[in-house]
Amino acid sequence: MSEEQRLHLHVPEPEFRPGDTPDFSNVNIPNAGSVRRPEIDVPPEEIRDLAYSIIRVLNREGEAVGPWAGELDDDQLIEGLRHMMTLRTFDARMMMAQRQGKTSFYMQHLGEEAVSTAFQKVLVKGDMNFPTYRQAGLLLAQEYPMVKMMNQIYSNEEDPLHGRQLPIMYSEKEYGFFSISGNLGTQYIQAVGWAMASAIKHDTKIAAGWIGDGSTAESDFHASLVFASTYKAPVILNVVNNQWAISTFQGIAKGGSGTFAARGHGFGIPSLRVDGNDYLAVYAVAKWAAERARRNLGPVMIEYVTYRAGGHSTSDDPAAYRPKKESDAWPLGDPIERMKLHLIARGIWTEARHKQAEAEIRDQVLTAQKEAESHGTLHSGGAPSARDMFEDVYKEMPPHLRRQRQEAGI
Amino acid sequence: MSRMTMIQAIRDAMDVKMGQDEDVVVFGEDVGYFGGVFRCTQGLQEKYGRNRCFDTPINESGIVGAAIGMAAYGLRPCVEIQFADYVYPAYDQIVSEAARLRYRSAGDFTAPITIRMPTGGGIFGGQTHSQSPEAVFTQVSGLKVVVPSNPIDAKGLLIASIEDDDPVIFLEPKRLYNGPFDGHHEQPVTPWSKHELGEVPDGHYTVPLGKAKVTREGSAVTVLAYGTMVYVAEAAARETGIDAEIIDLRTLLPLDEETIIASVQKTGRCVVVHEATLTSGFGGELLSRVQETCFYHLEAPIIRVAGWDTPYPHAQEWDYFPGPARVGRALVKVMEA
Repeated sequence: MSEEQRLHLHVPEPEFRPGDTPDFSNVNIPNAGSVRRPEIDVPPEEIRDLAYSIIRVLNREGEAVGPWAGELDDDQLIEGLRHMMTLRTFDARMMMAQRQGKTSFYMQHLGEEAVSTAFQKVLVKGDMNFPTYRQAGLLLAQEYPMVKMMNQIYSNEEDPLHGRQLPIMYSEKEYGFFSISGNLGTQYIQAVGWAMASAIKHDTKIAAGWIGDGSTAESDFHASLVFASTYKAPVILNVVNNQWAISTFQGIAKGGSGTFAARGHGFGIPSLRVDGNDYLAVYAVAKWAAERARRNLGPVMIEYVTYRAGGHSTSDDPAAYRPKKESDAWPLGDPIERMKLHLIARGIWTEARHKQAEAEIRDQVLTAQKEAESHGTLHSGGAPSARDMFEDVYKEMPPHLRRQRQEAGI
Repeated sequence: MSRMTMIQAIRDAMDVKMGQDEDVVVFGEDVGYFGGVFRCTQGLQEKYGRNRCFDTPINESGIVGAAIGMAAYGLRPCVEIQFADYVYPAYDQIVSEAARLRYRSAGDFTAPITIRMPTGGGIFGGQTHSQSPEAVFTQVSGLKVVVPSNPIDAKGLLIASIEDDDPVIFLEPKRLYNGPFDGHHEQPVTPWSKHELGEVPDGHYTVPLGKAKVTREGSAVTVLAYGTMVYVAEAAARETGIDAEIIDLRTLLPLDEETIIASVQKTGRCVVVHEATLTSGFGGELLSRVQETCFYHLEAPIIRVAGWDTPYPHAQEWDYFPGPARVGRALVKVMEA
């Protein structure tokens, strides 16, 4: 018998805190092209290793290599780069607009631009995303009008959600973008339900659920995996692991071992891990998953390994809990820089064209911003009607709400 | 017309809607092959197939969350929570999602779902098979809350709920499943087959949501009740000889204030009864509304008779359940004031 010991609670801590020099050299990053590509109908138990590896296409020289390469043509690659650049520019302008007091709140995608923009390209009209607040690339990759997004951010008179929702909580059914909720994880099981409905109706459409690393700890994550597994729902379960949930490092959600993708395998869901800063890898893996779902082979889980380079939101200062230079040290680099390098290596892009594209995109975003601001911002100009506050609680306004609206004098 | 228990009427409502509308799907724990622990979905899987009526994993948040996703697709799910006492894991999905989806998306997405759940006590169900959690739903903007008290209403209200384009919490008093119950537990129970409200119309009909029903006309005092307490109130009126006007609210949200106000302004007195605990129960809201709208007609303070502010006990069932004696005492008291 061992000697009696007092127990102690294990509370995981990130390796680096403010003031430390981040060093990710011990993080195991497989070489681009080194991870195998299984057949579309592979049994989940035969690809457990893919949940512990990272599928990557772009190597350090910007070349696309290995079995997951070759999915995109020149035009698609250039378009992908432009979408990521658009998202980053859009973010920068909206961050500034928040600092200028034109809106109350914003959340940027800095460093995560590849994930949503590349993923959207594997969906077809009629498929449905159930996004979190950090997948605006799903809209921009469909050339969704930026001015409409800005109208929502400004809560102005043209806000499609009539000023009822916090900025960035978009909703756009026509673009397969489900209404964003502030409550984390809730949309994940809804995505599974949507996919079940598509199967019930013998449709061909698929759903995509989105969740961050931190929110995988929510109960609805578990519910989603159980339901997706039980009913073999045609859903892609996306986990965007950007290492951070506000100030909390991913180890608090996950513990010190395993991966988020590995959780899928406990439910018999084929689960892959992909370099989230590699547009080509994201696209290829998402396409594999979409094809599997469309062929009624059931759900797929994808963990995107990336890094939240910016603050959590405009209300957050990451310097309070992690080293300032941590994102520079992140071994998977910057998705836009890596894509740019690839296009140049491929001979279809130049520094000059990149600068020109940057200027064009900046103009587009500024034009949209001017137009949006002509409809008002949160504290000035056109505002949604106060009367509208009482609409859409129910399909028909019940008597007690009519009475309250009268009482409000609007 | 057919003789039906409340269970059969509820099953018939789902049968009618599943037959009429291919977008209606029914699911929950033990709901499929087995037909539900209370038999409310018996035969539906056999008739409509596993695609339309099926068993789910034991996960209430999953059941409601999946239903919301299906509704966003365009289906009309009618789901079951095995006991209202077990709805709490789904509370986030109900409050944060189903209730607000239309509002937050400006009508872009809606959640036309019905969430059925057996509710109420009087069956020695103890703490987790007896609760009446209606007040945790009536407080939520965007929900409708329905409580039937007999087979005819149960079928008509359930069809109306399934057809409604807003999320409906459908609370089924399980004490009334097989027959009316007036709180006299010492007496044998009368089955619905011997009751006029057990004669249920065949096929499709609705009982509109948001409309109360006067079950006993009277002139002395208005009793606001729903579910099992409708029969308890009737017994109390009978036994005290007080000419009470009894209103079965049927829908708690939105509330039929017109019927309530007309009655209280006529009688000048009001007693509110429910099984749920007193403090912050739905009775508090009823009392407020009556006080606000009928103040100058009131001849006595409004009295609430409710479950005590304790968890629902097992052995002390009949000391807890607000039976006809307690309601009767309230009727006498309000008449003496």
